[in-house]
Amino acid sequence: MIPPLISVRHIHKWYAGVHALKGVTLDVQSREVVGLVGDNGAGKSTLIKILSGVLQPDKGEIRIEGQGVEITSPTVAMRFGVETIYQDASMVPTMSIARNLFIGREPLRLGIGRIGLIDHDRMRREAIKAIADVDLHLRSPDASLAELSGGQRQGVAIARAMHFKSRILILDEPTNHLSVKETAKVLGFVRGLPAQGVTGILISHNLHHVLQSCDRVVAMARGEIVFDKQVVETSVEEVSDVL
Amino acid sequence: MRNLFRIYLEKPELAGVALLVLLAAVFEAGSAGAFLSGDNLRGILGLLPEVGLVSIGVTILMICGEFDLSVGSTFALTPMATSLLIIAGVPALAAIVLGLLLAAAIGFANGFITLTFAIPSFIATLGMLFIVRSLTVVVSGGFPPLLPDDLTTGEFTQFVGPGGLFRASFIWFLATAFAASTLLAKSSVGNWIKATGGHLEAASAMGVPVRRVKLFCFMLCSVMAGFGGIIQVFRLHSPLPSIGDGLELQAVAAAVIGGTALSGGVGTVLGAVVGALLIRVIDNGLVMTQVDANWFKLAVGTLTIFAVVSNTWLRRTARRIKVAG
Repeated sequence: MIPPLISVRHIHKWYAGVHALKGVTLDVQSREVVGLVGDNGAGKSTLIKILSGVLQPDKGEIRIEGQGVEITSPTVAMRFGVETIYQDASMVPTMSIARNLFIGREPLRLGIGRIGLIDHDRMRREAIKAIADVDLHLRSPDASLAELSGGQRQGVAIARAMHFKSRILILDEPTNHLSVKETAKVLGFVRGLPAQGVTGILISHNLHHVLQSCDRVVAMARGEIVFDKQVVETSVEEVSDVL
Repeated sequence: MRNLFRIYLEKPELAGVALLVLLAAVFEAGSAGAFLSGDNLRGILGLLPEVGLVSIGVTILMICGEFDLSVGSTFALTPMATSLLIIAGVPALAAIVLGLLLAAAIGFANGFITLTFAIPSFIATLGMLFIVRSLTVVVSGGFPPLLPDDLTTGEFTQFVGPGGLFRASFIWFLATAFAASTLLAKSSVGNWIKATGGHLEAASAMGVPVRRVKLFCFMLCSVMAGFGGIIQVFRLHSPLPSIGDGLELQAVAAAVIGGTALSGGVGTVLGAVVGALLIRVIDNGLVMTQVDANWFKLAVGTLTIFAVVSNTWLRRTARRIKVAG
């Protein structure tokens, strides 16, 4: 049997006396799109920060394709193919689109490790391709991110995740502050992830969004998973009841 | 008009360049041609490297989102240490390197205290301003030691270039500015510095080692200040313990006049150089046009406020009219 792509086992996390995650166990299969719902403080953000390497669990284990892994930093998470799009912390508004796409992973023409001179031509070229690949239409990769709408920024974040061949894409409230049209576009993209060979975890407050675009709904409350069903077997009403 | 706004957004330091040209024209007319004479330019360019180096360091640190108020004191302690070592018989080059290492240590302390205790760098480096100044006076023994007469400092002080237009220190300054500019605009570390100051959480989530980036900028800033101080002391041939007093604020003024954003993430080395040059030009131009030199600080103060107000206003307006189109 094929092990789950990502497997979280009995994860605990304490913050200054608060027990934020109380032994969370969750398996996500390859090419599955999981909607993670729950109130503020339920532990969703803590869980995804652990998966994306921003936080370390105090107890428990994470396995990727059956192998135990230590996701000690965002860079390590990216190396495992885990890309995360945060609602507002993915992009630097004062920098250009091209530079934003490659923060921390700049293509170098001369350097040691990650430090060196940026290959600007290659960065621009790859930026143009990455943006076109997600069907986003922008004037120039040199434009400042501050000039883009919320939806366009989310589009750039998605372009980045796809460009770096993410296997597991985590989207944290990606439709906050977006227009109806932009929201539909982002949800359409999430729905299309399995076709591109990508596994998705969508965090959202909006149950309708989750039921529209995911295969499975997982609900958290007070640091525990309290509900886990396939979308086809449940309804907005049933999920609302457990929250 | 839209094009003007776009140019401004992409190159905010150009406003400073325009002002520089304007002021030079005014001073040239007001001084009956003396302002742009070789002798006078030599004076301006001879002093520029000292405050210019400090401004570049402060600008880079501000871009990564931190401040350093201790640069004026580091500007004094570094050459004091270097001079005392030279007087004690250490070879000049080794003494310079050791002095700059001391400056780097001050920068490390600034960064370490700021980041470890999560306090504003404004406060951490304000404390360091007093500590380092006090140390400078203490180690000087109360009166400035004299550098040995046979010490050759020509590598920094002699006049070079066409018509001896600038001192050798100007070459050092240009080379350092070029290196700093390459670091900021062309290297991955420069990308990380801008990302760290532009949006710390995003930079961190993208795997930028933000703590190390900030520590590096603190150390770079102090080393630049120390280098500026060494150049000034070699010019004066004696390490006065009082040099660099008030320089920290002049450097911040130069940075913001050159288009550096107080909120971090935005700024260029060229902007820092233009800002520093503007301050030197105002200082000198007032003298050359026989205006009471006591107006100098008023002029710099007005320019600083004007630069920040107009930068804020221009950025907001440019965003509103959506120059991106």
